[in-house]
Amino acid sequence: MGSGEEFEPKIVAFLCNWCTYTGADLAGVSRIQYPPNVRPIRVMCSGSVDPMYILKALLDGADGVLVGGCHPGDCHYVSGNYKARRRLAVLSAILDEFGIDSRRVWFRFISASEGALFAKTVRDMRDALKALGPNPARALWIA
Amino acid sequence: MRTGVFVCWCGLNIGGVVDVPRVVQEISGYPGVARAVDYRYMCSDPGQQLIKDTIREERLDSVVIAACSPGMHEATFQTVAESGGVNPYRCEIANIREQCSWPHQNEPGKATRKAVELIRAAVEKVRGDEALSALSIPVTRRALVIGAGIAGMQAALDIAEAGHEVVLVERLPHIGGHMAQLSETFPTLDCSQCILTPKTSEVGRHPRIRLVTNSEVESVSGYVGNFTVRIRRRATYVNWDLCTGCGLCTEKCPSKTPSAFERGLAKEPAVTIAFPQAVPHKPVIRAEACRHLTSGKCGVCEKACPVGAIDFEQQDLLLEEKVGAIVVATGYDLHPKAKVGEYGYGVYPDVIDGLEFERLNSASGPTQGEIRRPSDGKVPKEVVFIQCVGSRDQENGYPYCSKICCMYTAKHARLYKHKVPDGQPYVFYMDIRAGGKGYEEFVQEATDEGVLYLRGRVARVFQDGDRLVVFGVDTLSGKKVEIHADMVVLATAIVPASGAKELARTLKLATDRYGFFSEAHPKLRPVESLTRGIYIAGCAQAPKDIPDTVTQAGSAAAKVLALFSAERLSHSPTVAAVDEELCSGCGVCVEACAYDARTLDVRRRVAVVNDVLCEGCGTCAVACPNGATRQKNMARSQVLSMIDAVVG
Repeated sequence: MGSGEEFEPKIVAFLCNWCTYTGADLAGVSRIQYPPNVRPIRVMCSGSVDPMYILKALLDGADGVLVGGCHPGDCHYVSGNYKARRRLAVLSAILDEFGIDSRRVWFRFISASEGALFAKTVRDMRDALKALGPNPARALWIA
Repeated sequence: MRTGVFVCWCGLNIGGVVDVPRVVQEISGYPGVARAVDYRYMCSDPGQQLIKDTIREERLDSVVIAACSPGMHEATFQTVAESGGVNPYRCEIANIREQCSWPHQNEPGKATRKAVELIRAAVEKVRGDEALSALSIPVTRRALVIGAGIAGMQAALDIAEAGHEVVLVERLPHIGGHMAQLSETFPTLDCSQCILTPKTSEVGRHPRIRLVTNSEVESVSGYVGNFTVRIRRRATYVNWDLCTGCGLCTEKCPSKTPSAFERGLAKEPAVTIAFPQAVPHKPVIRAEACRHLTSGKCGVCEKACPVGAIDFEQQDLLLEEKVGAIVVATGYDLHPKAKVGEYGYGVYPDVIDGLEFERLNSASGPTQGEIRRPSDGKVPKEVVFIQCVGSRDQENGYPYCSKICCMYTAKHARLYKHKVPDGQPYVFYMDIRAGGKGYEEFVQEATDEGVLYLRGRVARVFQDGDRLVVFGVDTLSGKKVEIHADMVVLATAIVPASGAKELARTLKLATDRYGFFSEAHPKLRPVESLTRGIYIAGCAQAPKDIPDTVTQAGSAAAKVLALFSAERLSHSPTVAAVDEELCSGCGVCVEACAYDARTLDVRRRVAVVNDVLCEGCGTCAVACPNGATRQKNMARSQVLSMIDAVVG
């Protein structure tokens, strides 16, 4: 990031194949525009997102991590989204302990038909992360 | 590792935003990339040939295709990779269209950056991909069809005619769905029962259709080719094996309550056969209306029955069926009365909905087909039809078009005019949508026959003496309109059938925001759900008319038959696997699995995977405290290096 450039947060997004990834595809198909700050990684289920992935992304310098899964009751794999929700709740507590603002990690239910919601979520998250400023871990690495 | 990267322009779809030559240049030097090339349309025959040629020339062992979403062409490119000599599971897609060029059209520089990083991540993933081959699973060549309206019956008949058994489950005691309630059908005005009853009879007597009425699907487990379905058959309190359908019980029953089939316009006995042509032609006792079942008194039907078929002790029955494919055809309901207060629906007896009008017009209905209004039985001389009630209404209803209302309103107005030649029908409409074979002509004939069309919305309907005052506006003349009518018919919106949401959960199917079942692709996979082996047909998917419903049902049946054409199916090999050296046999993975695919081998004290049951969700791999379980081709090490590739 050059010194004159405005800070643009980088978001790593773990999107479940059946709901949120398809919702993100729908946003594209519908030509709904959203900030290019997000880097989607397709996972089969939000329940397969290891908290280690989120930690790794944040320690590597990502400014935020989005985990997108199916709505409660709608998980393609029955209950993976509930497992993800529980794991992320625990992770949030740990992040704060370690001095990483847990507001950098978002877990959202976005269905395959909610392209507009996916786009809005990315916009909102970009704005929220801009307000939070760069991930301090990034500076640590650069130093 | 020798990976080839193939970047697609998709004409201007990608190439108009993403700087493709630059992407190729940047990715060329990335570790493991033996060659990066671009092409205008990678999915075209020359594009596919380019991939195969490059695999040979560069002796590639893996490929990354940077193009559209994997939902579109992953299978295409896996096949290309395989025919070029690369294992199909070492082919990865970088989605630089749906998730890059299309949503970032105004930021080409950043979109190009993003494309490079997405491709890098795919290269990292493919680096760790194992060469796999598809698993083979058996197929139970029997189908379950849920809902026995015209959609479900058509699908069941098509599958059964092709030689396979069908379990057809219907919630009501009889089959036929809403079509059984209709009087005539557009655009031919032929009688609905006359075209329906040949189908209901055929379904009823078909040797390969197992009809299970008065029943609902309670749970579904398993996967494509191998579903286990539990069905609850609610007690009918009549032993259908003994019952001859003579109808004596229904004649003698003293308890009369409003009939759901007649939409409340007539009463029926507590023990009832909904309509004369009902299949199966057997009565059920409606427990809530039966004096014996509610208070223990009565029992007249029991005495009347000459064969002793009445059985007040009958219990619900739980059935278990094994099927290989499921067709969901649960149909629709109409926008509920409570929600159209401004038109007095549910308050004034002479404000009715379209299905109620069908019953008034039906020869077997409460008025034997004479148009008589509900309040006093008078023949209405002025009737106002209001279209788009609840549909195309952002504020009080649903934004979608209910599709069939323009046509059935034209039909209603014409049928009314045929039966009451000196009567005047008025139709308030927003637009007339009459796309369909013979449809526009049908509406034209309505105006020729004297139906008065007024373009505009109705603001209010209220009762004035024994008449209804309709306040509206004619937007073509710009004038306010006030009509004193004897009856008002509302074309209320089609909404998903009650219980559809719960069924969607039972089947783990996605629905759209209104609750209609979602198809796998809005244009190209209109009858497949996102779950392999489950198909959708009719109004369960979206509002549609009878011809479209029959077409879709036939299409769903064709998909089922294609599935049944082979004895075995291929199953994805990207399932969980266990490193037994690391496994402590703690069993956490067994708990985490939603499919019973993980079990403990007690003797060896290690966890094992049943490959065929495993759906490859990866949840058990995260749960494993020792890192002993991995999801094939989505291993922890792969994801970690993908993160490096996009953050780095």
